[in-house]
Amino acid sequence: MSDLLKLTIAQARDGLSSGQFKAAELTEAYIEAVEAARALNAYIVETPDKAREMAAASDDRIAKGEAGALEGIPLGIKDLFATKGVHTQACSHILDQFKPAYESTVTANLWADGAVMLGKLNMDEFAMGSSNETSYYGPVKNPWRSKGSNADLVPGGSSGGSACAVAAHICAGATATDTGGSIRQPAAFTGTVGIKPTYGRVSRWGTVAFASSLDQAGPIARDVRDAAILLKSMASVDPKDTTSVDIEVPDYEAAIGKSIKGMKVGIPAEYRMDGMPDDIESLWQKGIDWLRDAGAEIVSISLPHTKYALPAYYIVAPAEASSNLARYDGVRYGLRVPGDDIVSMYENTRAEGFGTEVRRRIMIGTYVLSAGYYDAYYVKAQKVRTLIKRDFETSFADGVDAILTPATPSAAFGIADQDMKADPVKMYLNDIFTVTVNMAGLPGIAVPAGLDANGLPLGLQLIGKPFDESTLFQIGKVIEDQAGGFEAENWWS
Amino acid sequence: MSVDQATVRRIARLARIRISDNEVPKLEGELNHILGWIEMLEEVDTDNVEPMTSVVDTSMRLRQDVVNDGGYPDQVTGNAPASDENFFLVPKVVE
Repeated sequence: MSDLLKLTIAQARDGLSSGQFKAAELTEAYIEAVEAARALNAYIVETPDKAREMAAASDDRIAKGEAGALEGIPLGIKDLFATKGVHTQACSHILDQFKPAYESTVTANLWADGAVMLGKLNMDEFAMGSSNETSYYGPVKNPWRSKGSNADLVPGGSSGGSACAVAAHICAGATATDTGGSIRQPAAFTGTVGIKPTYGRVSRWGTVAFASSLDQAGPIARDVRDAAILLKSMASVDPKDTTSVDIEVPDYEAAIGKSIKGMKVGIPAEYRMDGMPDDIESLWQKGIDWLRDAGAEIVSISLPHTKYALPAYYIVAPAEASSNLARYDGVRYGLRVPGDDIVSMYENTRAEGFGTEVRRRIMIGTYVLSAGYYDAYYVKAQKVRTLIKRDFETSFADGVDAILTPATPSAAFGIADQDMKADPVKMYLNDIFTVTVNMAGLPGIAVPAGLDANGLPLGLQLIGKPFDESTLFQIGKVIEDQAGGFEAENWWS
Repeated sequence: MSVDQATVRRIARLARIRISDNEVPKLEGELNHILGWIEMLEEVDTDNVEPMTSVVDTSMRLRQDVVNDGGYPDQVTGNAPASDENFFLVPKVVE
């Protein structure tokens, strides 16, 4: 691996500004690495020409002393973000050939800060999945493998391509999105850092919608500092998204390295699930010890409605998805499959264009919103959501600064896992520790914290108060320093 | 609550997704399994609880009621599978 690829964003930023190397050289190193890593299936579209053009422009700006915060940093973009004139399909067949005439706010912010686009990253179709196996473009392979095994593992999902590409050093950082755990679970599965910001922190404009009251974009990065740098650029107040909240974006990097002495960290009893693997249990305890040793006060808290978050999510998210995905009708964009009349054209298009999991969720959503069932399902779920949020508010009102939990109930599992294939609910349970955060609109970060007995990465999650991402970076850095970094062994190039 | 095969067909029709006869029993099983799991929510006492309408405490912004975008029908129809002179083309809907 080229030494340039080993650099974090912070290190590359320093190297570029001090003239140690050119943006063009850094980008070229990544373009080569991307081509050599096609076995991972992380990129579904590579944009080397665009990357070279952007890197050349970065070198010009650096020479003129006009460098932005991410000048010359090569990034991968999840296929959910609209990129002008470039393939944007949410990894679905139904958006066949779609090339938007506009740029999402998130990517526009990144380009305005000087970042370079390497290509579009694989993901679960419409961000619905926890293994990246629902993608129309096929599964992504996790750069990590169990000790002494050649079996391919999933990178998690839905931001599986993003997590894989960051872990494999085929981008310096990546954009991702999280509706129920889609940033944090793949980050945990690949030994990378992923943060889902507070709902309203990052504009949703130009990001293909899944469940609008839950969707938030955030970065996946190689370390906590890089995640802070990326989030600072991605976040903004956007008049084009009415749910974008009018609070100035702080300098998240400034929080890194600050002492956590005297901070109160809550440990929720309800996250200690039956049958939790020993590796996860002991990792959690290790995290508690690290934070206590760093001077934090550890307190037991109760979040009594935790176990209802996932079933409530599987009403709210499919309901919103069935509404959002109604727009794919074969008329305005994407795939069209002809029929005898307009209704059969719609039905044929949607049957062929959507994959199995997306169809299943649209059906569930359509049912729970249908006449006679709306109160029993949707209104009930939104009431449960109020209670979930109230649980967190009670803890924060008691002085808790952040909450520490495991990120996932297991390490990465195999591609085509038979148990999960046979039972969709088993797959849904991957998000058991992450989904509460989306339901309550809070920020959550997953930080790699150790390896399990098979040598696979595991993550810890920190949950914060609304718009207090800075505290998550601050505490996350303590975990990172104690745990050390984790690198997958290169078998793919 | 559970769905029968007629309901599965009705949902598919509402969702505008064609399903074949042999998919119906499988979908019936899967949907009932998921709905059965969701029934756990019935344990939760939600009397006197307001349903959530917004996850962040914020008020909607108002903007000037003016045209601030548009004027490029070619771009709007540019991704359509069928279009003609900046109109979307659909199968005939009136006899």
